[in-house]
Amino acid sequence: MANMSLKKNEMPSQEPNVRNKNFDEVALGYTPEMAIDEAKRCLNCKNKPCVSGCPVRIDIPEFIKCVANCDFEEAYAVLSRSTSLPAVCGRVCPQESQCESKCVRGIKGEPVAIGRLERFVADYHNANCKTLPEKPKANGHKVAVIGSGPAGLACAGELAKKGYAVTVFEALHVAGGVLVYGIPEFRLPKAIVKREIDGLKALGVEISTNTVIGKTFSIDELMSEQGFEAVFIGSGAGLPRFMNIPGENLKGVYSANEFLTRINLMKAYREDSSTPIQKPKSAAIVGGGNVAMDAARCAKRLGAENVYIVYRRSEEELPARAEEVEHAKEEGIIFRTLTNPREIIGNENGFVSKLICSEMELGEPDASGRRKPIEKVGSTVEIECDCVIMSIGTSPNPLIKSTTNGLETERHGCIVADENGKTSIDGVYAGGDAVTGAATVILAMGAGKNAAKAIDEYIMSK
Amino acid sequence: MNKILKKKILNPTVQLMVVDAKAIAAKAEPGQFIILRVDEDGERIPLTIADYDREGGTVTIIFQIVGATTEKLSKLNEGDLIHDFVGPLGKPTETSGLKKVAVVGGGVGCAIAYPVAKKLHESGATVHSIVGFRSKELVILEDEFRNVSDKLVLMSDDGTAGAKGLVTDALKALIESGETYDEVITIGPLIMMKFVCKLTKEYGIKTTVSMNPIMIDGTGMCGGCRLTVGGETKFACVDGPDFDGHLVDFDEAMARGAMYKPYEREAHAHACNLLKKEAK
Ligand SMILES: Cc1cc2nc3c(=O)[nH]c(=O)nc-3n(C[C@H](O)[C@H](O)[C@H](O)COP(=O)(O)OP(=O)(O)OC[C@H]3O[C@@H](n4cnc5c(N)ncnc54)[C@H](O)[C@@H]3O)c2cc1C
Ligand code: FES
Repeated sequence: MANMSLKKNEMPSQEPNVRNKNFDEVALGYTPEMAIDEAKRCLNCKNKPCVSGCPVRIDIPEFIKCVANCDFEEAYAVLSRSTSLPAVCGRVCPQESQCESKCVRGIKGEPVAIGRLERFVADYHNANCKTLPEKPKANGHKVAVIGSGPAGLACAGELAKKGYAVTVFEALHVAGGVLVYGIPEFRLPKAIVKREIDGLKALGVEISTNTVIGKTFSIDELMSEQGFEAVFIGSGAGLPRFMNIPGENLKGVYSANEFLTRINLMKAYREDSSTPIQKPKSAAIVGGGNVAMDAARCAKRLGAENVYIVYRRSEEELPARAEEVEHAKEEGIIFRTLTNPREIIGNENGFVSKLICSEMELGEPDASGRRKPIEKVGSTVEIECDCVIMSIGTSPNPLIKSTTNGLETERHGCIVADENGKTSIDGVYAGGDAVTGAATVILAMGAGKNAAKAIDEYIMSK
Repeated sequence: MNKILKKKILNPTVQLMVVDAKAIAAKAEPGQFIILRVDEDGERIPLTIADYDREGGTVTIIFQIVGATTEKLSKLNEGDLIHDFVGPLGKPTETSGLKKVAVVGGGVGCAIAYPVAKKLHESGATVHSIVGFRSKELVILEDEFRNVSDKLVLMSDDGTAGAKGLVTDALKALIESGETYDEVITIGPLIMMKFVCKLTKEYGIKTTVSMNPIMIDGTGMCGGCRLTVGGETKFACVDGPDFDGHLVDFDEAMARGAMYKPYEREAHAHACNLLKKEAK
């Protein structure tokens, strides 16, 4: 019998006033009963509109049907046909603008909780299936993958399953990319990422951390001296942008990348960590994306009394996932929308003391299709704070481009690649944020998978 | 994991370590640095490559014990492993075309200045080295500098080693005595580099400084290492560490360098307590 409730089954979560003081995961996950009940809300539509909203075309009604039938492992098998990171994507995908936005149940009421079901299935599998995959028979070919974010991991996994000897080169000391240095523990526990990486290692993937391509080795050396027949570049978009306003180099001004890296990668949230971090009393985060929400919620958890999201458009345009905005508000983050920073003022010790902003209003739609924010002449808003975190976007790091002859990039430094990830150099493929600019986990993962297919065809046809 | 092959105590607070790091040794150039973590969950700190041996596959680092991490590092011995060791990072010091150079080093900055002086010497340039220390027991690399310099001036704050005075006094004296330099390369405390630059600006001598701000990743990902150079924001780890000293905003760099002073002390005290616990 279908469940005709207009609402999703609620996600059990830590209480806002408890969780905003710890770094444990906020959402606790469905129980099997809740999952089965929610799965029964799916009408199993013939034309599957939800699938068209999924960047990697997961057969959503099919996996949900398995959940409704209590066959969770079969549901996992359906997911695995299209995604290699279901436990991650179930947690971080912007479902409301993808699959769930197309759900028929969403026309009147809330859509089926596809993301929560995906997470449930992946967690169920991970908790109950302790065996790691077996190493496939080697096919004698070597491929190098640069970067261990979702793009690199997906590409490496697909190739390893086909028998390739894959080495992933990662600049940092741990693998995972943004999943480990950016997205905080309370949203994506690092144990989940580690499990994915252990799975790859079991498939025979070598992970070479502390190796910066362009410095330790060049792409050319990988191919001509180390015998890699193809290279996949999944180096992400890690270069932080600043606003270039006065006061940006005062003490207490961070890029979101620095603030989050100190907390997540370097574990500054733990009492026994040796990584220093400012524990702000009052923090202003500039920007409105997932990164800004993560930085704000981290600042709150470090003990800040007032945490502001300062965003130049209106609430409607906030690019963050709806759930993140909702969670942030519940945790006491204050939203100052239609507000744009002009200057940061410091105290006599060179630490931030306040942020001076202008009030904004929305004008005509701009190139991005969103209404352009325009400054209200003569307006001034002052925000008292001792910490400002710039979270206004990132671009691809120029290191690989500047050390690889003949690698074409476009104006913003993004690597030029076709839909299969093929770049301007024979045998060199690219995907994820390095090609698109900062985007999403699912798109990066999809790009890595596509490129793996193209790399396999390229090597096999040689 | 990289093995410490040799350890030498240069003075009470400064140590030298030769580390097994084949891939880095193959590429390293003077002016570049590595980033290391002593142990799992340790902090990432940058250290300049003081020397390298391409054949032997080793990299030499020299460090002063200043915080929790260098303290832990100083406790490791020959045969021990350093958890993470990545590089070579940053751009090499530009030395091509230079015929006569004054290399000015201060304190442990001399460890960074030395490979630059050596490279210049090997390329046939005339090298005048001016090295300054607080006092005699802190002097490092004196013989090494002597071997690669056409002239070596040793200075100390208290006059216990070489002449009493600042490196700027010595540089000024050389310039006033008629020496001309294509370039001055200076590495040491920010305040010293600031005053060297002030002096050389008066004489119109191009000056390169090596900046070592707080860093995390060392790949251009966090922006924590940013400086203002000629009015523009630069990331020391990828755009530097060398910059035109006449364009660097030293006052801002000094302020930013003190960002974690209160917090670092905490980490330092914490590590000391740990050591005490272990000692019991
Ligand atoms: C704080 C934060 C929150 C986010 N939240 C969400 C979310 O909720 N949902 C969502 O879908 N997306 C989110 N994103 C975006 C998402 O994480 C990225 O789109 C995705 O991780 C991109 O994957 P990637 O594999 O292309 O690159 P990355 O994950 O950036 O990985 C690139 C890796 O390459 C390494 N690397 C770079 N250069 C080199 C080199 N020269 N040599 C060796 N290694 C190198 C880097 O160290 C890094 O580990 C978030 C991003 C951030 C920063
Ligand atoms: S150390 Fe992070 S950008 Fe330079």
